[in-house]
Amino acid sequence: MNKIIEIRFHGRGGQGAWTATQLLAMSALEEGKYAQSFPSFGPERAGAPMMAFVRISNQPIKLHSDIYNPHSVVVLDPTLLSAVNVLDGMQSNGKLVVNSHESPSTLKNKLNLKDQQELWVVPASDIAIEILGRDITSTAMIGALVKATGYVSLDSVLKQVQKRFSGAIAEKNIILIKRSYEEAKKA
Amino acid sequence: MSKIVKQEMMGMNGDTACAYAVKQCNPEVVAAYPITPQTIIVEVFSEYVANGEVTTEFIPVESEHSAMSTSIGAAAAGARAYTASASQGLALMYEMLYIASGLRLPIVMTCVNRALSAPINIHGDHSDAMGARDSGWIQLYCENSQEAYDTVIQAWRIAEHKDVLLPVMVNIDGFILSHTLENVAVLPDDAVKKFIGEKKIPVVKKPSGELTPYVLHPDYPVSMGAIDLQDYYFEHKRQQAEAMKNALKVIKEVGEEYGELTGRRYGLIDAYMMDDAEIAIIVMGSTAGTAKYAADLMREKGVKAGVLRVRSFRPFPRDDIVKTLSKVKACAVLDRSISFGSYGGPLFTEIRSSFCYECEKPIIINYYYGLGGRDTPPNLLENVFSELKRIVETGKIGEEIRYLGLREDSIDSVNYKAELISFKDLNTGNIGGK
Repeated sequence: MNKIIEIRFHGRGGQGAWTATQLLAMSALEEGKYAQSFPSFGPERAGAPMMAFVRISNQPIKLHSDIYNPHSVVVLDPTLLSAVNVLDGMQSNGKLVVNSHESPSTLKNKLNLKDQQELWVVPASDIAIEILGRDITSTAMIGALVKATGYVSLDSVLKQVQKRFSGAIAEKNIILIKRSYEEAKKA
Repeated sequence: MSKIVKQEMMGMNGDTACAYAVKQCNPEVVAAYPITPQTIIVEVFSEYVANGEVTTEFIPVESEHSAMSTSIGAAAAGARAYTASASQGLALMYEMLYIASGLRLPIVMTCVNRALSAPINIHGDHSDAMGARDSGWIQLYCENSQEAYDTVIQAWRIAEHKDVLLPVMVNIDGFILSHTLENVAVLPDDAVKKFIGEKKIPVVKKPSGELTPYVLHPDYPVSMGAIDLQDYYFEHKRQQAEAMKNALKVIKEVGEEYGELTGRRYGLIDAYMMDDAEIAIIVMGSTAGTAKYAADLMREKGVKAGVLRVRSFRPFPRDDIVKTLSKVKACAVLDRSISFGSYGGPLFTEIRSSFCYECEKPIIINYYYGLGGRDTPPNLLENVFSELKRIVETGKIGEEIRYLGLREDSIDSVNYKAELISFKDLNTGNIGGK
């Protein structure tokens, strides 16, 4: 049976987690793959913890149900680490990609990862504030996820950013994603 | 022979896919009122209007009752009219739904299926559309966003066919389809335009024997929906029943022709792995995809599992269903709505009665599932297949009507049986309980 990659994004309402999943899904489409992107359906409130999901496959995706055992989990906001169990249901060899300015080893000690689970860390908020002037990490975290997993190529993501945004916003996000890709480190 | 048109692969959610299809169909009138989870359709379409991408007269009405009334008026004047709604919105349209079908107006509507209040719930189930199942509308249920796009385009051809002339409701599951971005292959604008063709006006015969176009036009005065009592009302209802019957053929023909154009063929049902299936799940909407996934998993284990997706619920494709299921040993019909007090869900009762006088028939059980958006993951559907396998092996059916993915554990507040007290007890504070 052909494999379906499942990814969960944790963010807070208004941080762009759903947008991030759409960009990622569209990047997969760009490569001729099949994808789904959907939010954790519910009345959304700004600032409240929320989730958004992505499926990627080389074949059409028949599944239309929630995601319980993601291959990767992306955390847009470091304060969520103490608010929700971001590791809930993650595959035993899954990859956790976190926005944090803590060092990968320090953060790893705080988290209860299984032996085969990987932790990737990038100070996305710091980079976003430097480049965008605002703490918006949704695009940056795609860069880090791509580095950690290679689910899609960095090129495809950048192409999608160019399609979705224009002018200075597109340019800045491209720089941001590239920087985040470079600075993401495995613990 | 077939010439498949080159299509563009886009990423769209079910709502956007519907709006995009409507844009390409460019109907004369769209009248709609936003309601979750249909809102995106109205938002996206009003952007098309604002951008000048369509020539549609977009009427932001004050209620769903008005949305349907406006669509009726537009269609009666010979225009193509589209609307979209969900849940309470569809419920508010209710009396006008019958006017649309009774006047034989080929309106197209997307119903983004959502639970009905109370308790309030914005998520997907089929309660809204099932409430309108006897309203004389054709009801097609889509499995994914691709089918939502494809069906909105086909709907005009079905609705406007001279042997049909009935409104069509295109159903897509709330959130599961409406808010999920997926791959959707879209046709070029001109291919859609050519496929749906020019809007034609039916010609009817007056009691005098004279022919007249059935349209509100000053040159050909007619009354529509005039009083029709014991004398002819019954005959007119019979005509509606015949039109529904004719739609069985037309839905297939249009689905085939659409397949020639796109490579995606549609019919009344969608049989997945049914050729040699011993057990089967029968289901409508997006859960069919998950059921197919679960059937694949069962097949890997050597179990001959299949899925029969009912795409057209009205008209009900009795013959196709009987033919597809006659060799099956046991099957489970999944209903995403409850007809309270009925012996089983609406899909179940209809499928079981279809087999009444058949010699070859499967054991048929019923599951209610997914009410209020309750998730139905593959493992639950695998459990259904396993249960069917057990029934085949042991011959023991057990409960015929069951619930899937429902909490059966003891929840005090749920299991508590209400006691009655008198108003006087409110004053004394004696509300029972020890």
